[in-house]
Amino acid sequence: MEVIFIIGSNTKETHPVIANRMIKAFRKGAKIIVADPRKIPMVKFSELFMNMRPGTDIPLLNGLAHVIVKEGLQNEQFIAEKTEGYESWKKSLEVYTPEYVEKITGVPKEKIIKAARIYGGCRRAGIFYTMGITQHACGTDNVRAIANLAILTGNIGRESTGVNPLRGQNNVQGASDAACLPNVYPGYQRVDLPEVREKFEKAWGAKLSPMPGLTATEMMNAAIDGKIKAMYIMGENPVLTDPNMHHTVKALGNIDFVVVQDIFLSETAKLADVVLPAACAAEKDGTFSNTERRVQRVRKAVDPPGVAHDDLSIILDLAGRIEYDMQFSTPAGAFEEFGRLWPAIAGIDYHRIAHRGLQWPCPTKEHPGTEYLYKDGFPKGKVPFTVVSYTPPAEITSDDYPFVLTTGRNLFQYHSGTMTRRVVPIEEHAGTPYVEINPEDAGHLGISNHEFVKISSRRGELEVRARVTSNIPAGIVFMPMHYHEAAANILTNDVLDPVVKIPEYKVAAVAIKAV
Amino acid sequence: MVTLKINGTEAVVAEGATVLEAARNAGIYIPSLCQHPKLTPFGGCRLCLVEIKGLPRPVTSCTTPVSEGMEVVTTSPTIERLRKTVLELILSDHPNDCMVCEQAGTCTLQELAYEYGIRENRFEGERRIYAKKDGNPFIERELEKCIMCGRCVKICDEVQGVEAIEFGYRGFDTKICTSFEDDLDCEFCGQCVSVCPTGALTGKLWSKQGRKMGVKEVDSTCPYCGTGCTITYHVKNNEIIRVTSNDDTPNEGLLCVKGRFAYKYVSSPDRLRTPLIKRDGLFFEAGWEEALGLIAERLQGIKAEHGPDAIAALSSARCTNEENYAFQKFIRAAVGTNNVDHCARL
Repeated sequence: MEVIFIIGSNTKETHPVIANRMIKAFRKGAKIIVADPRKIPMVKFSELFMNMRPGTDIPLLNGLAHVIVKEGLQNEQFIAEKTEGYESWKKSLEVYTPEYVEKITGVPKEKIIKAARIYGGCRRAGIFYTMGITQHACGTDNVRAIANLAILTGNIGRESTGVNPLRGQNNVQGASDAACLPNVYPGYQRVDLPEVREKFEKAWGAKLSPMPGLTATEMMNAAIDGKIKAMYIMGENPVLTDPNMHHTVKALGNIDFVVVQDIFLSETAKLADVVLPAACAAEKDGTFSNTERRVQRVRKAVDPPGVAHDDLSIILDLAGRIEYDMQFSTPAGAFEEFGRLWPAIAGIDYHRIAHRGLQWPCPTKEHPGTEYLYKDGFPKGKVPFTVVSYTPPAEITSDDYPFVLTTGRNLFQYHSGTMTRRVVPIEEHAGTPYVEINPEDAGHLGISNHEFVKISSRRGELEVRARVTSNIPAGIVFMPMHYHEAAANILTNDVLDPVVKIPEYKVAAVAIKAV
Repeated sequence: MVTLKINGTEAVVAEGATVLEAARNAGIYIPSLCQHPKLTPFGGCRLCLVEIKGLPRPVTSCTTPVSEGMEVVTTSPTIERLRKTVLELILSDHPNDCMVCEQAGTCTLQELAYEYGIRENRFEGERRIYAKKDGNPFIERELEKCIMCGRCVKICDEVQGVEAIEFGYRGFDTKICTSFEDDLDCEFCGQCVSVCPTGALTGKLWSKQGRKMGVKEVDSTCPYCGTGCTITYHVKNNEIIRVTSNDDTPNEGLLCVKGRFAYKYVSSPDRLRTPLIKRDGLFFEAGWEEALGLIAERLQGIKAEHGPDAIAALSSARCTNEENYAFQKFIRAAVGTNNVDHCARL
């Protein structure tokens, strides 16, 4: 890869080993561009750092496209052969001049032009993003703006290019592939298509609902409205990880019967009616699919504690009790059935991935797996440029809530902390919650490093220690999401992206004062 | 490509390769302590000395690039005598405590001493002794065991990009230092630990938990982020005592602080050990029979009374593909609703 454009990803802390690979490319001469509201560790390796305001990804990305088009750096051949809607999209870029984009994003226009030249002038350039792009009310449009940039330059479908979302959880790829999603069956086959439904009805020997279900965030709203009577939660901790914690707690309290199956008595499990003890990753067999679609083996190393069972055994037992035949009894059997219903993994079996995983699509037993997608063109034929316009974050700062709060992870803790916070050295080193605040803001507010401050939003308030650092610009504060004793999600906004229903964790208006 | 002769046999390697790489490529063993495939050559340990025709004295093969027609001899009585002397010099200042060293059995230095049969040492003299000062909770640094190979310094800089440590002082006083000799405060990825050829760097969590004997190794996938690093659990008496990663993995043997050191959650006393049922706001321990019976009854009752869409389910990006597949199948086919999601959008 010759150019690595990182936007909305704190790669060195949230995907440290992927950052290692980026540094390896950097040592070989690759240029790294970073766009982020915070001066994140990868900035150290960057050719260019665009210190943008939170929630201004669309104008920044459109601004880059504007310069690329203006300077004639676009990939005309790729645009002609593989895309559609270029002309009308191009027109929509006209307003996004470097001057205008500087005004919205806070990034100097010289940097915007330089970034456009670096990315647009390279045909081996990849874009890497994570939740800094997606966790916005305009998250879908943010991703579309990234896709526009990739197809404008033809930086997709070849080695060392692409639109690369880095998956945040060990098996978020696999859980999506396996269709723990309300609108699709395994392998992204839509539940609302009759012929697809028939295929699964036949395979599973049951009548299936034609209605797409509720998303995780919609479930909580439906629970508040009294429409959900039972909820079964396997291995998630929505009380800490959903936005607007008070809302989540109220929603779960409104459900008659809650089952939580987990390895610890999490904040969510405490609210359950029945808690089932599960085996953890080191205590069971199966597979995880990583961020590059690589299906890899998980192997049992130790026995689970007490009478805890692995999740699969629990589900099989429960299915038997309501007289449904799951048709398999082992992880290998489940994987095999999954492969029969989804050709993309039909060529993968435990034997083939014994030493090293395979990347789907891998349709036959002889297929070597697929390192990157769209080598032979897009499944749809031509892909469209999508006009995306800037919409400010749902909640903007005001006199009452003058700061922008953005949230994320740090290097040492993981997500809601159920696992890492029980590891003594991790806790010794990174066991204290904090809010990052700029020295200038801290000075105005009379806050010193390590002192407690009170942060409040329209949804709640909490007290936490200040970490005064110039890595965050004035007007913005950052909190990690890991700590139940100062849960950032008490403050975050549960407004959703209209398409994929992702909440806007990355921008909330807050007030801060010294305690 | 460049053609050279190693021990009389022809070898063809890419231009720019070192003599050491060419030899290893041809399956010829040359001992080394400082050289590592991930790192730039250093030439520090002097063990990889070879003779090259036309050069007046032995050279370090790790820092010598190949050239056309080069004739290399990797072993001879002179070279072996030199190597043994180098090893003896290294060991003259090395604590003789393999009995209690965490690294025993996986220590390159120990293995070389074994290979060269070094029991007594001809060289006696002053020894380095350091006041122990390391408040960090992850990495044990026993500088007396350090042989100055520089691997830790190089991997921290070249691969990790952190530069937390560097050579300090001069001559006999040389040691690996943090800035201002403070406690180590870095990313604690433990890459340095993974490349240390002696017991100078080990994991604090590893202390007295077990070495090689009675330890089972199980390859698996890291349970933290989506990178999916291949890890090896070291297991003794049903307990994970260490996590490592091999070089021939997609992650090239690299791990982060969580993958390498955050495994003790598995044996946490807080783990759920039995099903729990809540009555009047308090949890009571229950058997599987009772707990699953209750769940089956309640789910069926709610489905009968309110329809299947009154039931919602959240699966997990932490669970396996097989469990997720089974879970959504259970919710869709057995319960009868598409209300199943997980945290992909969170």
